[in-house]
Amino acid sequence: MKKPLVLAVGLLLGLCLSLGVAAKTLRLAYDSDPISLDPHEQLSGTMLQLSHMVFDPLVRWNKETQFDPRLATSWERLDQFTVRFNLRKGVKFHSGNDFTAHDVAWTFNRLKSSPDFKGLFQPFKELKVIDDHTIELVTNEPYPLVLHMATYIFPMDSAFYTGTDEKGSAKDMLKKHADTFASVNASGTGPYVVTKRQQGVRVDFKRFADYWDKESPGNVDEIVWTPIKEEPTRVAALLSGDVDFIAPVPPTDLERIRNNVKVDLVTMSGTRIITLQLNQERRTEFKDPRVRQAIVYAINNEGIVKKIMKGFGTAAAQQSPKGYAGHVPTLTPRFDLAKAQQLMQEAGYEKGFSVTMMAPNNRYVNDDEISQAVTAMLSRINIKVDLKTMPKAQYWPKFDERAADIMMIGWHADTEDSANFSEFLVMCPDKETGYGQYNSGNYCNKEVDQLVLATQGETDPGKRAEMLRKVEQILHDDAAFVPLHWQDLAWAARKGVHIEPILNVMNFPYLGDLVID
Amino acid sequence: MLAFFVHRLGQALVVMFVISLLSFSIQDNLGDPLRELVGQSVSEAERQQLREAMGLNDPFVNQYGRFLKKALQGDLGDSYFFKRPALGVILEKLPATLELVLGATLIILLLSVPVGVYCAINPRSWFSKLMMGVSIVGISIPVFLTAIMLIYLFSIHLGWLPSFGRGETLLIWGGYETGLLTADGLRHLLLPSIALSSIMLPLFIRLIRSEMMEVLEQEYIRFAWARGLKRQRIWFLHALKNTLLPVITVGGVQIGTMIAYTILTERVFQWPGMGFLFLEAVNRVDTPLIIAYLIVVGLIFVVTNTLVDLIYGLVNPTVRLTRGNA
Repeated sequence: MKKPLVLAVGLLLGLCLSLGVAAKTLRLAYDSDPISLDPHEQLSGTMLQLSHMVFDPLVRWNKETQFDPRLATSWERLDQFTVRFNLRKGVKFHSGNDFTAHDVAWTFNRLKSSPDFKGLFQPFKELKVIDDHTIELVTNEPYPLVLHMATYIFPMDSAFYTGTDEKGSAKDMLKKHADTFASVNASGTGPYVVTKRQQGVRVDFKRFADYWDKESPGNVDEIVWTPIKEEPTRVAALLSGDVDFIAPVPPTDLERIRNNVKVDLVTMSGTRIITLQLNQERRTEFKDPRVRQAIVYAINNEGIVKKIMKGFGTAAAQQSPKGYAGHVPTLTPRFDLAKAQQLMQEAGYEKGFSVTMMAPNNRYVNDDEISQAVTAMLSRINIKVDLKTMPKAQYWPKFDERAADIMMIGWHADTEDSANFSEFLVMCPDKETGYGQYNSGNYCNKEVDQLVLATQGETDPGKRAEMLRKVEQILHDDAAFVPLHWQDLAWAARKGVHIEPILNVMNFPYLGDLVID
Repeated sequence: MLAFFVHRLGQALVVMFVISLLSFSIQDNLGDPLRELVGQSVSEAERQQLREAMGLNDPFVNQYGRFLKKALQGDLGDSYFFKRPALGVILEKLPATLELVLGATLIILLLSVPVGVYCAINPRSWFSKLMMGVSIVGISIPVFLTAIMLIYLFSIHLGWLPSFGRGETLLIWGGYETGLLTADGLRHLLLPSIALSSIMLPLFIRLIRSEMMEVLEQEYIRFAWARGLKRQRIWFLHALKNTLLPVITVGGVQIGTMIAYTILTERVFQWPGMGFLFLEAVNRVDTPLIIAYLIVVGLIFVVTNTLVDLIYGLVNPTVRLTRGNA
């Protein structure tokens, strides 16, 4: 009589044990899901997050903003124009194909034809295949950011993407808003394989059995990525245990999550600068540097960070965040109302004037509240602001028209380098070269332009950093724009999901290395 | 009857045409779809090229003509985000929305009739007064707030019900997935349905209560009392029947309104239905999808209203006559 019972208990125990070691699943909720499986279709944070799961880059950023070898094991600069990379051997793609230098060359050429990436790869002349596991990246001019750009080269499985699909189109076709082979199929070398995808609802991943990185501590077998747009719902999903990992965490919920014993919060000072641009072409007043300085002195950006951002940001006095080559540590926020009023008086505008201002209301964290606070602060130096905020979809066309005297813009450098800020935000606007594309202030300073252009060909990091710091100093003294703050980053996960080691300031969680208890 | 039907059909077609024209003409005010499709550092020239290739620079009449021609063949364009026919994307999300509306309708029916009738029969009882008070509060609180409060109470605090999504679904027929046949799916349906019903439920309780009170005052009810009929028979057979007629008419029209309220409920609960899809499409400036949604929802409204009119015509011949003369 006892035997069946023992057997049953044994079976049950066995079942429990096998469940214990069974698949570890991570349920993650971001604010969006990838628009496509084609890594070259769009250059955006979400697409890069996906790329780091399904593909591997040649090199990747680590926590110290240095480069870690991935598919490239080592590299050396041969001359002013050439950097040689040695590629990892014995790496397999998801399809089973071997990874070689030809895949890298194929991917490089595809990047050069992608509307989103071709600008970034403009400085490159070619990618030379030396042998199956050696390549050389050759630039047109001496170029200092070769490794920065190598973080964007996620080799794709060239054999897998060659040929035609059942509709008769080429498998490597790269087209926006089109149902291409590459947008629904993927074969990379990355730690995860996409098993199922319901766009806008969820994406399922399974760990790639033949993943090359055997030293990776990662032990997550399956990942379910659910986009949850609504911020309270995302937080609720974590707190109720329906998901394990969320990002971003809205500032209003930071305290609650920090005080909750069941979850961990990780925050980092981010690299996206939020600024206001003062349009000198629309307003002659803004041509006077004293007026621009007065505005910078009048805006209490430390107060904005403290009160509106709830400490979820770092007040700024320049574009480059700490850790970037051009960061000048001596530049600090300069709120001083008396000084601002005095400058207005010197410029002859003590009676003030009226201006228009536009800002988005769903693009940056608390953008609406920030612009209202700025309006109130500027009234203290008698500048009356007619403020209009709108959803980003409507804001960008207005921004392109330069439709208001003061406009808000945030910027994250795709190159993770100081020069990128200046190239897009403060260099003299030029339709031909594309510089100053987002310079709605029309600030134009030949010295700044020359310095920034010179950094593009300077391969000595020390000299280059000196030039970039000089640029920041000039922009600061000239009050070329109004720096507000760098937005912080925040992630949260339930206890036992060790997210801290895999997070970085680029906001690419390296989920392949994630450990779950 | 046939003339009336043809007349209504003609009207419906005109309405659909106007809807298509309106929804197509607002697209210029929705923003620039290119911004959502490309990265921040893509040059203006590059964007202009893409715009040209997509036909976004053509004159309005050309674009509308092209759209109308395709629309008549059942093609409302391809969604930029989903890269598939917009109509197909919407129809795929339709079952989720219909299930949510069904859940909310059931809650409304099962609760509003007994509560409304009770309040009409016992207007002075403490329960009736409580219900009237609660229903005022219910009408006044916006759906998204109710939804968030429900999540905090039942998902976070008590941990009884899931906080988002549709849960496990079963594939039944022709690619349609349903959450009604799994325990997990039903658990997921509960909170969103309650949230969605929170606006309509108080309305129906009050509607049934006042209709019923009115009916109870009528002569034939007094005669019924005089005849010595049983109380239950008077209340639930004679009075209730006449109470429900106007309620059903209002209900038919309100189902359309409920589809509009799903936008908020679906967003808070991350419910993968049509309303959520629409809000996302607006954020992404996915114009073909926005237009297709407006047309589909317009069609639902037109169809339900036409049906209600037809049924009403059958039930109440005076309506048909006045419409016929007009």
